[in-house]
Amino acid sequence: MIIKFSALPDFLKMATEFEWPWQYNFPPFFTLQPNMSTQAKQIEGWTNLVLSYCRHSKLYTLDVNEAHSSQLFHNKSIERKLSIEAIYIILEELRKKGNLEWSDKGRKQCLVMWRTPEEWGKLIYLWASNNGMTNSVCTLYELSNGDDTVKEEFHGLETWLLKRALQTLVSQRKAELISFDGNDGVKFF
Amino acid sequence: MDRFSWSDGHLATHEVFVTQQSGVKLYDGEDKTNFNNGTIVLSSHNLMWRDHVDQKCVISLSLAQVVFLEESSSGLGRSAKIIVHLSAPPSTKVPGPVSSSQNNYIRLSFTDGGQVEFFRCFTEELARRRWEHTPTLQPLTAGRAQSGTQPRRAGIVGIERKIQQKHETTDKNISVAFEDLSKLMVKAKEMVSLSKTIANKITDKQGAISEDETVKFKSYLLSMGIPDPVTRETHGTGDGYYRELAKQLSHNLEQQLKDCGGMMTLSDVYCRTNRARGMELLSPEDLINACNLLEELKLPIRFRVFDSGVMVLHLLSHSEAEVINQTTQFVEENTKLTAEELAQLVGVSVVLAKERLLSSEKAGKLCRDETVEALRFYPNLFLTKT
Repeated sequence: MIIKFSALPDFLKMATEFEWPWQYNFPPFFTLQPNMSTQAKQIEGWTNLVLSYCRHSKLYTLDVNEAHSSQLFHNKSIERKLSIEAIYIILEELRKKGNLEWSDKGRKQCLVMWRTPEEWGKLIYLWASNNGMTNSVCTLYELSNGDDTVKEEFHGLETWLLKRALQTLVSQRKAELISFDGNDGVKFF
Repeated sequence: MDRFSWSDGHLATHEVFVTQQSGVKLYDGEDKTNFNNGTIVLSSHNLMWRDHVDQKCVISLSLAQVVFLEESSSGLGRSAKIIVHLSAPPSTKVPGPVSSSQNNYIRLSFTDGGQVEFFRCFTEELARRRWEHTPTLQPLTAGRAQSGTQPRRAGIVGIERKIQQKHETTDKNISVAFEDLSKLMVKAKEMVSLSKTIANKITDKQGAISEDETVKFKSYLLSMGIPDPVTRETHGTGDGYYRELAKQLSHNLEQQLKDCGGMMTLSDVYCRTNRARGMELLSPEDLINACNLLEELKLPIRFRVFDSGVMVLHLLSHSEAEVINQTTQFVEENTKLTAEELAQLVGVSVVLAKERLLSSEKAGKLCRDETVEALRFYPNLFLTKT
């Protein structure tokens, strides 16, 4: 039996379908605006869109060329595509805000952090203290893929970002990174 | 040239200033002189020449010595000249820059134009003979000069001579007048043939274009004619010329600007003005120089250069804010517009429609959608919609 998409319950729909902002169907959104105050608003719209899109599809890395032709920057229904120059302006803006880092010098690939490492660190520490994990050790695998964290937002977080998040806790003296038998672990204080 | 004497450059009590023109060279007959760059001043009594560099170097000539004037128009590489024929030097003349000369005429060469106006004033002044009416308080030079030019000869010979002289001058006056008339005839011929060809064109096209358009075309022709165009010849060079030109521009364009929405590109202005001026064509530089003076002269039209480099003339009453509001309204009503579409809606040229859209964009009222096919403008939802 085929279930029509519209017949799906609302909560399922929300989970599968990304809700595009109004700008996505507004053609001028895909042209870099020359008026500076207008452009600022436009870029703001784009940075929000990129972050929420990555968050929705659990994207942690972005390849600029791939993204250029993906639906994120190419709205096929209104036949508008954002130029590569504009994409770089948006990504640079994200970098300034701490949400993005280039993984190569040629700026072809980047790491997208829709939450900054500090924010992740806070979330993890909150979970750890709420679940009585302070003063105990757990592996990084347990944190990102363990059964205890399935409901947490940081479940499935990529290891590099998880480490970065924990590093921020280390510098705040809220945690310590431990390495044993080739496994990485963390101890919360 | 030997009729000239040194002068202090001041006008005497009864002397009246008439006109002056800069950039004038003096020739002694056909020969060049050292007086090659100065200002010529015409007063009711004297013709004075002042050097541009050495302001104290002033020479003057009594008008009483002038017999008659001749005009020699400019040509290729040759500036226009006025030939001043002089009577014999008086025996009692005070010493001047040149002690003796073979020539009985001097020539004034107008390197900067303005000779037409000067010639007119000069002939008028000669006809009025004002130097004769104040003999008692005349400056020394003028007084002596006068007694020299009109030697009082007693008896019939004197009377006869006087009559003959009078005859001669009237004769020359008449021939000069007729010369002008013949020039006018030549021009009139051209004008008649021009109007004939236009009329023919109108009747030829009667089938192709509607009656309304013919009427419109005719009214354009009528409205555009400038009966007395300001030219370099009549108004000389420099600021004075541009000032007059600016006034004439303002006068002729005000109504036309009102008719076409308050703004016109400078290229349109240039074409319309030159079409209206007929023979006396303007150069683009002259037009721009005149346009630059519009504001200074507080005229009702103004010159403006957009950021894009497009130059326009617009009415003073033409308010930018209002145009932006109006443009935004048009775009909102149509959800999106290109410059071509707006041009059709408002009835202005595409260039100006684009300027309107761009200035509205600059004011943050519109935003653009640039695609391969066209540049479209939308209401600026980025700023209005949250």
